[in-house]
Amino acid sequence: MVNFGNIWQYLAVQSPLQATFSGNSTTMNIKTYSLPELPYAYDALEPHISGQIMKLHHSGHHQAYVTNLNKALKVHASALSAGDIAAQVALQPVIKFNAGGHINHALFWTNLAPAGTPETLFPDAAPTLSAEIDKTWGSFDKFKEAFAKELLGIQGSGWGWLVKAGPSSLRIVTAKDQDPIVGGEVPIFGVDMWEHAYYLQYLNGKAKYVDSIWNVINWKTAESRFQAGHGDFFADLKSLL
Amino acid sequence: MSSVLLRTTPAVRGALRAGALRPAAAAASTSFVRGKATLPDLQYDYGALEPYISGKIMELHHKKHHQTYVTGLNTALETIGEAESKGDFTKAATVAPLLNFHGGGHLNHTLFWENLAPASREGGGQPDGALLKSINEDFGSFDTFRKQMNTALAGIQGSGWAWLAKDKQSGTLGIITRANQDPVSGPYAPLMGIDAWEHAYYLQYENRKAEYFDAIWNVINWKTVASRFEKA
Ligand SMILES: [Fe+2]
Ligand SMILES: [Fe+2]
Repeated sequence: MVNFGNIWQYLAVQSPLQATFSGNSTTMNIKTYSLPELPYAYDALEPHISGQIMKLHHSGHHQAYVTNLNKALKVHASALSAGDIAAQVALQPVIKFNAGGHINHALFWTNLAPAGTPETLFPDAAPTLSAEIDKTWGSFDKFKEAFAKELLGIQGSGWGWLVKAGPSSLRIVTAKDQDPIVGGEVPIFGVDMWEHAYYLQYLNGKAKYVDSIWNVINWKTAESRFQAGHGDFFADLKSLL
Repeated sequence: MSSVLLRTTPAVRGALRAGALRPAAAAASTSFVRGKATLPDLQYDYGALEPYISGKIMELHHKKHHQTYVTGLNTALETIGEAESKGDFTKAATVAPLLNFHGGGHLNHTLFWENLAPASREGGGQPDGALLKSINEDFGSFDTFRKQMNTALAGIQGSGWAWLAKDKQSGTLGIITRANQDPVSGPYAPLMGIDAWEHAYYLQYENRKAEYFDAIWNVINWKTVASRFEKA
């Protein structure tokens, strides 16, 4: 019943791949992902999100997802060329977790902006999205209430998203850990509900974090994601990563 | 040496176990006695696990996080009780995830506080006797067990716990990870748990969680773990 929670240990023990890591003449061309730069300074979201949180979150946490994603993809490529189906399957959750972490954080940074900038003005920065929010929830306040309730109901680590489920269909969804929104829905904006996103500043007061984050939502980005077609959105996302 | 103190320290365990479900004190006016979960007292000061776990972490973790699970558990039980009395079983069923989450959170933290102790007292070192023998048999050595436990902790994707657990049927030991607050149950008895939620270490270790996983071995209460091992 030993639980191999860590894939690197699993691969080290179980996989014949180790031999193919070095000295294999087949080199697959796989994309290496890198940490996107923040479109603002670390302390630009203060006082709502502290500079210390932003710095650790971006240069520590997000970087770790990127590093581990690249590592997993490299091992996966070797597994592909070696025909090691077991290793390929074993790598799926690692790729999903780290790719999800990379995607989610890249979307998160760009759906935030310094408070008081034109991007954060609601409804001005998001005319069509705000109309759709009113239509769906009755008012912006009711939407915020519903969104906060979903965020605070997450059991453990995860994210809350406003998503476009159809041409004019908005929905609030939550996702556990780093599960990304990569199906039929377009994520409009997300809020990171991992404790690392708020703990240094808000401690166990996550309701206050959720309350504060409305000050730094980039409604301009939200509006353009709302207006984008599914294909355009994912093309944009690809360029972010 | 600390082992001398360890043997003269009065039983730490009974108090917490009894505290897990304590009847409400003033239930005289209600027609039935209702069990209410309460926050157990720590058997050491908040600062007693320093420098391995800061006093601020311990205080927030116990007084705020654990308390939230206790409150949430009581609310879930109440909602289920009300739903049951009205025959609304659909409502009762929808509360099940909250019962699992908050009930698990209460149980896990209660076990966790008990299996920690100050390094100047029972904390740290290695187990001995039958427990050590079993660890050696099932993991090869204490060191291997420790490494595997830290690997399991590092591999948790999101919030969760890693446990040393005993298979009640076969008696073998193993490492189990659980997401969020899912409790160790069924055929396994939890012997020793380590909280891998970020709130357990972030104020002190930030994103360097491997350092926390290394440090916590200095405050593991092997006396508690051995007693759980014997009873399981
Ligand atoms: Fe995050
Ligand atoms: Fe905890």
